[in-house]
Amino acid sequence: MDLTIAILVTVVGASTPILIAALGELVVERSGVLNLGVEGMMLLGAIAGFVVQFHTGNHYLALICGAAAGMAASLIFGFLTLSLSANQTATGLALTIFGTGFSALAGASYSARPVTLMSPIFPELAAHPVLRVLFGYSFPAYFAVFMVFAIWFFLKKTRAGLILRAVGENDLSAHSIGYSVVKVRYLAVMFGGAMAGIAGACFPLTLTPQWAEGMTAGRGWIAVALVVFASWRPFRLLGGAYLFGLVMTMELYAKAGGGPLSAIPSELWAALPYLATIVVLVLISLRRDASTNAPACLGKPFMPSN
Amino acid sequence: MMRFRLEKRPEPSKLMLYGTPVAAVVLTMILGCLLFSAIGYNGLRAVQEIFFTPLTNPYKWQDLGIKAAPLIIIGTGLSVAYRANVWNIGAEGQYIIGALAATGVALFTWGMSGWWILPLMAIAGMAGGVAYASVPAFLKTRLNVNEILTSLMLTYASVQLIYYLIRGPWKDPMGIGFPQSRLFSEAARLPNIIPGTIVHLGVPIAIVVALIAWFVMSKTVFGYRMRVVGAAPHAARYGGFSENKTIWLAMLVSGGLAGLAGMLEVAGPFQRMVPGFPTNYGFTAIIVAFLGRLNPLGVIVAGVVLAITFVGGQVAQTTIGLPDEATGIFQAMMLFLLLAGDILVRYRIRRISPETSAGAA
Repeated sequence: MDLTIAILVTVVGASTPILIAALGELVVERSGVLNLGVEGMMLLGAIAGFVVQFHTGNHYLALICGAAAGMAASLIFGFLTLSLSANQTATGLALTIFGTGFSALAGASYSARPVTLMSPIFPELAAHPVLRVLFGYSFPAYFAVFMVFAIWFFLKKTRAGLILRAVGENDLSAHSIGYSVVKVRYLAVMFGGAMAGIAGACFPLTLTPQWAEGMTAGRGWIAVALVVFASWRPFRLLGGAYLFGLVMTMELYAKAGGGPLSAIPSELWAALPYLATIVVLVLISLRRDASTNAPACLGKPFMPSN
Repeated sequence: MMRFRLEKRPEPSKLMLYGTPVAAVVLTMILGCLLFSAIGYNGLRAVQEIFFTPLTNPYKWQDLGIKAAPLIIIGTGLSVAYRANVWNIGAEGQYIIGALAATGVALFTWGMSGWWILPLMAIAGMAGGVAYASVPAFLKTRLNVNEILTSLMLTYASVQLIYYLIRGPWKDPMGIGFPQSRLFSEAARLPNIIPGTIVHLGVPIAIVVALIAWFVMSKTVFGYRMRVVGAAPHAARYGGFSENKTIWLAMLVSGGLAGLAGMLEVAGPFQRMVPGFPTNYGFTAIIVAFLGRLNPLGVIVAGVVLAITFVGGQVAQTTIGLPDEATGIFQAMMLFLLLAGDILVRYRIRRISPETSAGAA
């Protein structure tokens, strides 16, 4: 029982950054834009969050600055792909290469310097042996779940969400009835950047209290894959992210404890999240309605006059 | 106030197609100088050391050759794939698996001698790269699974495979506990082609690979077909070119060449498998392919340019204390500026003066 609870708590912690980043990417993709720079924006958010926390000691300011860093990076992507109609795939890759390099440069003098992790927002309940499954987390875990509901509500129930989906499904029609496709997509891309930045900041603030080069370790790419897995629906994203958290947590427990799990080489455990992503993508493609929910304009540049 | 407007060109501009990569490199130097000055380094000196010292200092030329070789080989394969609109971004993983396959041969034949060992390693390297690239190819053609995500996930997994092998079955018995394979025997090491330097056989191989690819892509039906499928998939289907076959070919060519590069790297500069073997050549080669305009001849030039930034980055590290990571920023800026310039290939910028009507062209 204790072990089960401990595992569940770890799962939620490991899933949270992936969920936050994937929620941002979901909104971006619903507007018809494919931003493959999530990993790069997460790393920029991670280093910004780390540096701010290191110098100010304020976790919330660190999260906000992580969001700002991710958003600033997303504006580079937005300018190239939306204003200059550059290839979205290549620009996203460039953003990831840039984020990896820039965060490594900015963090070079901070390696092996510890910060403090965010503390749970309900300290009394977090100490309870059972209730900590629900109340044992710091702010980002609740923020992530709240955003699942908020984004679902926004996309389904609000006029702005309807416009965003219209832009993603049929940009030319949306344009012809007077909506600014480019403006809507800019806002979506900026939101995705802010979410990726917060997700990145979660790594030094909630998981490992230090800066390590490339510390997001491909989680940004897993977030992109999760959006496909969730068929662009927020609630499925919630389930998918926790499933991945479980896979990643198994690695930790296999390394730490004995038992049958430790007979499997630790390298295989480390490779498991990536292999699981492939398996999940395969399973999703076997479903009959696999691609029917993909936004129709996903990844295509908007060119009204031609 | 002056206003500008984009006007579509009747056909893509050749001048801009080949002019924008040059402009991107020049602009990278200017912006890089400003950026690094802003964060407290001597920006002018940084640009000078990174972009010019490797060219003006003859001692650095051999480094340029051995850095450019894997970039050109992988970049050539990627240019073929991207031309066909097949987004293999897992070249790093195929490079690693190629190197591991070659390492396997080298360890299996350890202590033996014979001219056949290196060719066998090359074949194993290519086969390894091909095998690893065939996973995304299979999933893409059979199940329509996105090749970007699968090829990338396999890259992360391949790094773990290195760790597993050199900590376990392939661990050097003489390594005093270091996780690394044993040093290859003489017959499994790539020969130097210029005595007294570190220039190995991989350098001329890279040039030959790019030249062959250029010939095939621009002068044969195969190349025509790859380009048509990438540029106009509907027309290609109408013309009887199978899209699936093209995806397979694009993946296998890019995977095989990445595997070959891995073999040359492990048999050349490394001569054993170590944890630090993955040096992101597979990712940098993406920039090389784009900067070379997906044309193998352009890839040769772009490979040398990116090699200059690697060698120059090391120079700047020792002379002005610029962190190693600065190189990656210069490289990413180059790609950003190149992609930004792409619009000039298809569009021209017109000034709209307030008095005259906008349509005057």
